[in-house]
Amino acid sequence: MTVEVKVTANLQKMVGGKRSVQAEGASVRELLDDLDSRYPGFKSQIVTDGQIHRFVNIYLNDEDIRFLDKLDTPLKEGDTLSILPALAGGSGLP
Amino acid sequence: MSVMVYIPTPFRRLAGNQVYVSAEGSNVGEVLDDLGSRYPALRHMIFDESDEVPGHINIYVNNQEINSLQGKQTPLSDGDEIAVIPAIAGGQVLTEEQVLRYSRHIIMPQVGPLGQRKLMAAKVLIIGAGGLGSPSALYLALAGVGTIGIADFDVVDLSNLQRQVLHHNDDVGRPKTESARDTLLSYNPDVNVVIHDAPLTSENAMEIIPQYDIVINGADNFTTRYLVNDACFFAGKPLVDGSILLFDGQATVFIPGNGCYRCLFPAPPPPGLVPNCAEAGVLGALTGVIGSIQAIEALKLILQIGDSLSSRLLLFDALSMEFRIVKLRRDPKCPLCGDDPTVHELIDYVEFCGAPFPSHDGS
Repeated sequence: MTVEVKVTANLQKMVGGKRSVQAEGASVRELLDDLDSRYPGFKSQIVTDGQIHRFVNIYLNDEDIRFLDKLDTPLKEGDTLSILPALAGGSGLP
Repeated sequence: MSVMVYIPTPFRRLAGNQVYVSAEGSNVGEVLDDLGSRYPALRHMIFDESDEVPGHINIYVNNQEINSLQGKQTPLSDGDEIAVIPAIAGGQVLTEEQVLRYSRHIIMPQVGPLGQRKLMAAKVLIIGAGGLGSPSALYLALAGVGTIGIADFDVVDLSNLQRQVLHHNDDVGRPKTESARDTLLSYNPDVNVVIHDAPLTSENAMEIIPQYDIVINGADNFTTRYLVNDACFFAGKPLVDGSILLFDGQATVFIPGNGCYRCLFPAPPPPGLVPNCAEAGVLGALTGVIGSIQAIEALKLILQIGDSLSSRLLLFDALSMEFRIVKLRRDPKCPLCGDDPTVHELIDYVEFCGAPFPSHDGS
C-alpha cells in the first residue's frame, strides 16, 4: 500500500527537507514504522508510548485520524496522509 | 433543531452581550419563541402585543428576509443562521464621504448600506500587531470596521519590517500599538482604534475580550493562544485563528460550541520543540495571505455572508502553492467545550504550556 505523506513545516527537516514523501503500510502505525526505518527518529516526533502527541494532528485525506481508528486507521492505495504540528507563529519574536 | 441567531448591537445587552446565541425550533416562529423565553427582555423587542414581529424588525434566514420565504412558518435546518435586524431610525446614516469611500463594498448586494453600517458598528480585537495582525487590521480599517482593538506590548524592531506592514522604518523603537494606531488612522480616520498596551493574561483577558464582537488571533506563542481560545469561549465570541511558520500557514474560525483550539490541538508542544518564526523563519508575504484570510473571515462574520471556516481548517503551502481544507470537529472529550468540561474558568497558562508569556509579545 503506497500512500503519499505530506509533511508540514518543522517536520520537513526530518525527511531531508522534502514536503511530501511516499510510504508503505496497511495502517497509519505501519506507515510511521516504514518512515522511521528510512528516516530514523521520525516516529518519535509524532508518537510517544503508542500515543500520538497531542500537539500533532494526522489527517487521512481530510479527516483527523483521532476521529477514525487513530494509529490503527487502515490505509488504501492512493490515500494522502497529512502530518500537521501545531504552529504558534503570528510573526515571530524580534 | 439548533440554529444560530445573530443579535445586532442595539439588542445585544438584552441577550447577555453575545453576538450569536443558539436557539431551538423547527421553524422561524418556534425559534423566535425559544429566543424570547431564553431572553425575556429581548422578547419585548421582537414581539408586539399580539405576539407578531413588529414591522420595524426584519428577520433573515441565511440572509433571506423571511417574508420572501414562508414568514414565521419558514422551515429551518441544522446550521441555518437567523438574524434579527431592526430598522436603525435616526441612527447611523452614511455620510456622503462614507458612501464614496466604501462604494466598492456598498455596491455589492452582499454588503449594501445595511452591511456597511454593520461594519461600522462592529468591534474587532486583534491579538498582536505583528505579521498576521498587520494585514488583518489594515483591511478591517480600510473596510470601515468601527472599532479595532490592538493588543500588543512589544516595540517595533528592525527585523519586524520584513513582513509587519503596519510599521514603518521610522517606527523602530516605538510601541507597536502606537505605530499600528497611527498607520490605521492614516489609512482611514473614520475608524476608532483602541490600544491595549499590556500583556494579555488570565487576570485581564475577561475584561478586554467581552468588549468586542470578534477576536482575531495573531499571537506568536502557545501560551497566549490557549488563553485567548479559552477566554473567547467563556465570553461567547467568535475567534478567527491563524498561524504561520516557514512557508506554511493555517487558518480557521472557532465559533463557541462548534469546536475550539483545544479540540484541534489538545495540548501545546513541550517548550522548544516547535520553533517559532524567529528561530525558524517565515516568508514575509505569507503573513499577508493568512492575515488577509483572517480579515475576510471577520468581515464575513460581521456581514453574515458566505460559509465561514468554522469546522474547517485551511492549510496553505506557499512552496507548492496548494490550499487544502481538513475537517475540524468539536471533540466531545474537550476539557473546555466537550460534553463533560473540566475547565470552567481561565487557568494558569504558564503552567499549562510550561512556558512563560514571552517578555515580548513579538507577534
